[in-house]
Amino acid sequence: MTTPRLMQGNEACAEGALAAGLNFYAGYPITPSTEVTEILSRKLFENGGRFIQMEDEIASMAAVIGASLTGAKAMTATSGPGFSLKQENIGYAAMAEVPCVIVNVQRVGPSTGLATAPAQGDVMQARWGTHGDHPIIVLTPSSVSECYQLTIRAFNLAEKYRVPVIMLLDEVVGHMRERVELPSANQVEIINRKQPDAAPHQYVPFRSGYDKVPSMASFGEGYRYHVTGLVHDDDGFATTNPEIVQSHLNRLQDKILLHTPEIVDSEQVDTEDAEVVLIAYGGTARSVTRAMRMAREEGLKVGMFRPISIWPFPEEQLKLLSQRNVKFITVEMNFGQLALEVERVVGGKNAVYRANQVNGELIKPDTILDRIREVY
Amino acid sequence: MTKSWEVRLSGSGGQGLILAGIILAEAGILDGQNVVQTQSYGPEARGGASKAEVVIGPGDIDYPKVLDCDVLLALNQESCTKFTDDLKSDSVAIIDSSLVSQIPSVNGKVYPLPITKLAREEVGKELVANVVALGALVGLTGVVSRESLSNALMARVPKGTEELNTKALETGFKAAKEARTRKTTQQVS
Repeated sequence: MTTPRLMQGNEACAEGALAAGLNFYAGYPITPSTEVTEILSRKLFENGGRFIQMEDEIASMAAVIGASLTGAKAMTATSGPGFSLKQENIGYAAMAEVPCVIVNVQRVGPSTGLATAPAQGDVMQARWGTHGDHPIIVLTPSSVSECYQLTIRAFNLAEKYRVPVIMLLDEVVGHMRERVELPSANQVEIINRKQPDAAPHQYVPFRSGYDKVPSMASFGEGYRYHVTGLVHDDDGFATTNPEIVQSHLNRLQDKILLHTPEIVDSEQVDTEDAEVVLIAYGGTARSVTRAMRMAREEGLKVGMFRPISIWPFPEEQLKLLSQRNVKFITVEMNFGQLALEVERVVGGKNAVYRANQVNGELIKPDTILDRIREVY
Repeated sequence: MTKSWEVRLSGSGGQGLILAGIILAEAGILDGQNVVQTQSYGPEARGGASKAEVVIGPGDIDYPKVLDCDVLLALNQESCTKFTDDLKSDSVAIIDSSLVSQIPSVNGKVYPLPITKLAREEVGKELVANVVALGALVGLTGVVSRESLSNALMARVPKGTEELNTKALETGFKAAKEARTRKTTQQVS
C-alpha cells in the first residue's frame, strides 16, 4: 500500500484509470466531473498518453471509440447534460463492441439543473440512455478508495466483455476528499482485451467462442475490418438476414447475461438479524450507514444492502435476503429509480418502501431515521 | 485522542475556504487521524456562499458532512447568520470581525477576530486570510497539532510563498493566544 494521503473521488477515478492502463482521454469539462479532465490533462501528458479536449461531449465519445479501436484504453468523464449528449455514441460502442469507460458524476437535473449539487437521477439513463436493447455495465462507488478500485475494475470489465462501462458517481462522492491508502502498482489486477490468434487475412472480427466475446485486433497492426453501428455479421458487414440479426443481438445480450455472476457486486452490512434493510448506493449509502447506526442505538434492527454494480443489478443476492421476513426501504436522491428494480425483485413478497429526496443536498441521516421509525 | 471533530469553514467564494479545508484535512492525516472533507458552493467563481467541511476522528467516518458542528469559522455576515444557529454549548465559533458586523447570540464560545484585517495589515496580503483563520482555529481548538498544520500548509503552498504563509499562520496562532489570555470570549447561553 502507498502512504496515506488525502484524495478526491474524481481524482481517484483519474488515478484508477491510470493504474488500469489508461492511455487516451477525450473530454469536455463539466461540473462536477471537471477534476477528472483537469488531472488527466496533466498526468496523461506526463505518462506519454494522449489527452484531447474535444469541441463537445459527442465528439469526445467518438474520439474515445476511435482510440479504443486502435488498442488504446480510453475514457471520458462528464455530468448529466454531457451524459445525454454521449448517448448516441455509447450505443455505437455497445453495437460495435468497443471497450470504453464513461465516468458520469451526477448532478441535479433535468437539463442543466443544479450544476454543483448532488443527485442520483441518471440511474435509468445509465442503463437505457441510448436506444435499442444493448449490453452495458454500471458501477457506483460510495467512497474515494472505491472510486479508485472500481475505475480499475471498469476498465477490466470493458476489456474482458468489450462493452461500455459507466462509472456512476454523484457529486458527493466525486467531490468528497478522504484519507486513502492505495494498493501499489504490482497489487493491481489488469485485464486486457483478447487479441486474435488468426493471421490478418484469416481474421473474422466478430466471431466468438463459448464466452460470446470476439477477439479484438487493433487498427494499425495490419488487421483490416469493417466497423459499423448497423447490425452486422461476423465479418463486420451490415446484414438484414433475420437469423443473423437475431443471433447477433442475442450474443450482445448473452455476453453480459452469461457472466452476470462474476460481474455483479454488492455489500451487506448488519443484515443477519435485520428486520428492516435499507438499500442504497453512492453518496446516499454514507447517510444510510449513519442512520443505520442511529437506529441500532435505539434498538431497531436495521441493516444495509448496497448494490455496487447497479447494472447488472445484484438480483440473486437481494432475493436471498428477501427469503427472510424483512422490510426494504430504497433510499435515493431521485424520485425512485433503483426502487423500481428492487420492487421488481422482491415486491409482492416483502414490504417495500422508498425514501427519496431531490433538493440539491445529501439526504440527512435524521430524514432516513424518521422513515425507518415509520415503517418498522 | 478519541474525539471526533466536525469543522465547518464558511464564507463566500474566493476566500480560500476549500483550500483551507484541504490543508486542515491533510494535517489531520499527518496526525494519524481519519478525515473526510466535503464542500458546497454555487456556480460562481467569486462571491456567493461557499462552505468547506472537515470531519476528523480516529475511526471510520460514515456520514461525510457536518451534523453537530464543533467548530465554526465564519468569514462573512451571511454564513455567520446562517450557521451559528447550529452551535452547541461546547462549540467554538471564530468569526471574522473585520467582515461581520452583527454577531448573533449563540450557544458556545464565540471568538470575534479581525482575520482579514490581520492578513492585510500584519501579514501584508489579504489573500492569506484563510491561513490566518486556520492558525486561529487550530490555536483555539487543537483540532489538529500545530506542527501537522504547518507541515500540511508547507506541502500545499506554491514555491516562493512559504515565508508569507508561515507569517500568516503565526499571525493566526498569535491572535488565538491573545484572544484566550485577554479572555475576551463572550459566553452566551
